[in-house]
Amino acid sequence: MSENSYAIEIKDLHKSYGDFEAVRGIDLQVEVGEIFALLGPNGAGKTTTIEILEGFLLPDSGTVRVLGFEPSKHERPYKERIGIVLQQTEVEQFLSVEEAVQLMRSYYTNPLPLDDILATAGLTELRKVRPPKLSGGQQRRLDVALGLAGNPDLLFLDEPTTGFDPHARRDAWDMLKNLRNLGKTVLLTSHYMDEVEHVADRAAVMFNGKIVSLGTPKELARESEPTVSFRANLNINLPPELATKVTQLNSRYELESDDLVKTLHVLTSWSIENDIELEDLSITRRSLDEAFVQMTQDMGKGLED
Amino acid sequence: MKPVRLLFTQLAYENLVFWRNSIAAFFTVALPLVMMVILCLVFGNQHTGDSSNPIYLSTFYVPSMCALAVIGACFTNIAMEVSISRDRGRLKRYRGTPLPTSILVSAKIVHAVMLGFFLVICLVSVGVWLFDAAIDGMRIGMFAVVLVLGSATFCALGLAIAALIPNAEASPAIVQAIALPLLFISDVFLPMNNAPAWLQWIASVFPVRHFALGLQSSFHPILSGSIEAWVNLGVLALWFVVGLLVAIRFFRWEPKR
Repeated sequence: MSENSYAIEIKDLHKSYGDFEAVRGIDLQVEVGEIFALLGPNGAGKTTTIEILEGFLLPDSGTVRVLGFEPSKHERPYKERIGIVLQQTEVEQFLSVEEAVQLMRSYYTNPLPLDDILATAGLTELRKVRPPKLSGGQQRRLDVALGLAGNPDLLFLDEPTTGFDPHARRDAWDMLKNLRNLGKTVLLTSHYMDEVEHVADRAAVMFNGKIVSLGTPKELARESEPTVSFRANLNINLPPELATKVTQLNSRYELESDDLVKTLHVLTSWSIENDIELEDLSITRRSLDEAFVQMTQDMGKGLED
Repeated sequence: MKPVRLLFTQLAYENLVFWRNSIAAFFTVALPLVMMVILCLVFGNQHTGDSSNPIYLSTFYVPSMCALAVIGACFTNIAMEVSISRDRGRLKRYRGTPLPTSILVSAKIVHAVMLGFFLVICLVSVGVWLFDAAIDGMRIGMFAVVLVLGSATFCALGLAIAALIPNAEASPAIVQAIALPLLFISDVFLPMNNAPAWLQWIASVFPVRHFALGLQSSFHPILSGSIEAWVNLGVLALWFVVGLLVAIRFFRWEPKR
């Protein structure tokens, strides 16, 4: 591997199932040591993309390089360096947490120490327990423990927290932050925006088999315009350059702004000139969550048109 | 040395999981023993041959139940285990690790064969001590050859059926629907001498009858001659090849979507 190479490099990736185009031309680079999220609704092509990177699916066209390997060749040196947490897998019901992790460790040349794995996954107390007695969140953490067993440079996590209650998700996020401390590259898929805001360095928003937006969680959230809101009892009209962007609910006004400084300038000078009090004046940015919902809704409308 | 260590680790794991899965262990291990005890208690004292040199039916039932045990350990056990593991996503998880496919499959096969041999030893011991099954005329060499070839054949067929089974829910029904009727028409539970010719002909196409007769005839040579012995081995070998080809051609790591 040359010095400046990426952990994951995808060029013009396409994959169809019959007539359905699941992935329609993806380009993506993930840096070594990065926690990168593929974000999108169901059917966006996230799992197809990650399963191509894992070697389970063959691309129709385009090239994929992971840690310098071609995943579809199923080379053992490649498997030694990756850990895979699939979306739907059951662990062996008749092995305890500890036994399952030990078996997994035996497959690798340089596995992580057992206690480190259990501690990272938060399973130390549950080491003697068999899966039927674990909660859904605990079973998922066991999946992650098994993915970590071989001390991989790169960990794939396909929807690590789907179906979790809020508490279990907080625990899982703490665990993902532990992975960052271990210096792992992580590629995860998620349809929870708050998850990406909490754990990812960068994210790509996928929709209909394409990447529609790429950046840090903050950058993605910024793509939505900030909103200026205040309460007032107005007996005169707003300045004309603001009036077009305003939404009103009783005495509460919200202004969408693509130029915040200018909007605030116009609004505040107007209020001083006319001696109008602006109660609870505030600027809010929508969370990534709302930005994402809007982005995918816009995309959906675009398709229907 | 690494592949050897991997194989032993995987083998130990297969064994541990098998015995902890009490339902599977019961059907595979206890069923042939219980069946043999019942059949020997009911029919064991009946005999063929002249009264000065009788062949008790226990001498027939011990090798028959050996056949049942090997088919259970190799065919039924592997077919169910592989198809269920595949549906639960466990095979796919293996696929993502450096564990070689050859080790994964060999461990399953070696475990099934060893389990079969262990059951054969148990059955023969119990049969000889409790039910006076005669082993003085036993051709041990021939018995071993039939046992090894039969185990290999039913492992291959177990993997082949697993590859053809659509999903885990259908697995027990399909496996039993294939195994049970064949066991009944193949001289395992009762001699088929008086059955209609067409039924005997159907039975003789499939490997179960040849496996059972092969074990019976090497257990007590009077039961059949050497030409039949070669036919039994030949048919078993043919099914071994068929099973192997189907298993390799149709093997899947993941459930059908």
